[in-house]
Amino acid sequence: MADVTNTMQRPSPAHASGPKPRRVFSRNNIVIYGILVVLAVYYLLPFYVMLMTSLKGLPEIRMGSIFAPPMEITFEPWLKAWSTVCTGLNCDGLSRGFLNSIKITVPSVFFSIAVASVNGYALSMWRFKGANVFFTILIIGAFIPYQVMIYPIVILLREIGLYGDLGGLVLVHTIFGMPILTLLFRNYFSSVPEELFKAARVDGARFWTIYFKIMLPMAVPIFVVAVILQTTAIWNDFLFGVIFTRPDNYPMTVQLNNIVNSVTGVKEYNVNMAATLLSGVVPLTIYFLSGKLFVRGIAAGAVKG
Amino acid sequence: MQPSVSIQNLKLNFGTVSVLRDLNLDIGQGEFLVLLGSSGCGKSTLLNCIAGLLEPTEGSIHINGNNVTWAEPSDRGIGMVFQSYALYPQMTVEGNLTFGLKNAKMPKDEIARRVARAAEVLQIEPLLKRKPAALSGGQRQRVAIGRALVRDVDVFLFDEPLSNLDAKLRADLRVEIKRLHQTLENTMIYVTHDQVEAMTLADRIAIMKGGVVMQLDTPSVIYNKPANKYVADFIGSPSMNFFDTRLEDPQAPKVTIAGKDVSLSEYEFTRPGLSGDVWFGIRPEHIVTGEAAESAPVQFEVTAELVEPMGAETLVWSSLDGTPLRFRVDGQVPVADGDLIRIGFDPARASIFDKVEELRV
Repeated sequence: MADVTNTMQRPSPAHASGPKPRRVFSRNNIVIYGILVVLAVYYLLPFYVMLMTSLKGLPEIRMGSIFAPPMEITFEPWLKAWSTVCTGLNCDGLSRGFLNSIKITVPSVFFSIAVASVNGYALSMWRFKGANVFFTILIIGAFIPYQVMIYPIVILLREIGLYGDLGGLVLVHTIFGMPILTLLFRNYFSSVPEELFKAARVDGARFWTIYFKIMLPMAVPIFVVAVILQTTAIWNDFLFGVIFTRPDNYPMTVQLNNIVNSVTGVKEYNVNMAATLLSGVVPLTIYFLSGKLFVRGIAAGAVKG
Repeated sequence: MQPSVSIQNLKLNFGTVSVLRDLNLDIGQGEFLVLLGSSGCGKSTLLNCIAGLLEPTEGSIHINGNNVTWAEPSDRGIGMVFQSYALYPQMTVEGNLTFGLKNAKMPKDEIARRVARAAEVLQIEPLLKRKPAALSGGQRQRVAIGRALVRDVDVFLFDEPLSNLDAKLRADLRVEIKRLHQTLENTMIYVTHDQVEAMTLADRIAIMKGGVVMQLDTPSVIYNKPANKYVADFIGSPSMNFFDTRLEDPQAPKVTIAGKDVSLSEYEFTRPGLSGDVWFGIRPEHIVTGEAAESAPVQFEVTAELVEPMGAETLVWSSLDGTPLRFRVDGQVPVADGDLIRIGFDPARASIFDKVEELRV
């Protein structure tokens, strides 16, 4: 009897059977979850402060307790940031910039991914003469600092009549997305078994048939990854937005800067916070919606069909 | 009759590495040709050249009398089955079978008729609506064969189609491929590194090494009268035993093995009248033991050094005058390490190769 109670308290390897018992509060678990909680708080705290501040009136903000929840919730700052706050010359709030950012991001993401996926497909599957040289040049392009290229691009856009236009900015974003996206697609298509490509050729499929019928359906995860990368990058872009557009066409990020950094009048912290959160809504939504797909896209290379 | 596939002076270089060297090969109508060789011998490369998936550096390929050297793979009248099945993962089995036909803009009723026929031949009718991921390895390979079947081609190309399957399934599908060849009577070119597949399936086997065909003949000739030492060593498992010896006296030819004179009066010489240093090769399965050894023309006594029981037979590793010797005994005969065994063989069944070019004597 004594034996039995003994083994029940401390199972010895000699009596092992079934799953190995694990303690929930082991030292490892405490350390791991402890670190995770600290990091989560570290990243979420600024967000919390911004959200709380944006919901307060100015008198309440002046009291200085930034962590306290609002005593009286007001959506006034959000409305102001969206539709009436002055951003430089215009006083119709962030709504204009939001629309501009969409007009910039949607075509830029579409065109850059469309071109880069065909690039990657051609580079990994068709191995035309000079493919490696072409690819090397493209990759080197990724390492040239943007600042070096700004003035030549300004001249280029002026000459083709697109300077200050949204179309010009779309063109710039499409081109600058090329190196990293081509690399992404090339590597993904390289992991597709070559025999699949050969089988399609024996079946009489040519360049575009193979691309649309075979490769595209297989590449959905990597397309999702590319959309996430490009949307966040282009939405968050400030440099190209401020240089290559007119004030009428400023994207949301440039408008946000103009709101937050304006030096005239009272600093409306609540409006600034609301404006900042509004600009962050799109990338944030994309992450939340596609989080699972994003992980699946990264893991897709490891799964065999 | 014109050959089904004719390969003329084919060369292929990858940069400075030459993979195929001046290769000539004629494959008859309805013939089952197996390209056999160890990895890197150029057998898959040759198949890809025939399929049109690789461009040769020099030479030409003719299928049914047409020069197809520059033709697209789909215009050559070939169907190909790959090692990894290469099924389109996002399409159903039916989609896989019809993909090539749709690309060829074939009428719908004709497509349906061909799919129905292929599905019946390969017994994959219940699988037509499934995706490849929901199929087992054997079913996938059957669908892959079906994809070649529906195209109604003259020449089937198989690139190690059974290598990804487990042993039992491989044996089953091997028989099925042979049956398929009997029914369809198409020309089939089959690449493999498995000599059992080669021996069982082939009308003729081409054994390749370093981009060159070492021997092209029927399985029986390849097994019994290998043209050179490489082929002799490659075919047969376990491989042939070789004795380093000297061929003497062209009038009454003989060799000396472990101090014993072995008369070759019964041996069929390919090049009679030769003498000099040779390799004397005898297959493990041509060495007899027990009562049969007593009546064999040449007899020795050896010690068993290592015994590998395989059920039906037992493989014995031993040595004769310093040369390693392998032979088989009946699985029912008890043999243990260290046993003294009387062995014998008939020199008429041996293969002799000169030491300079290692060609059959």
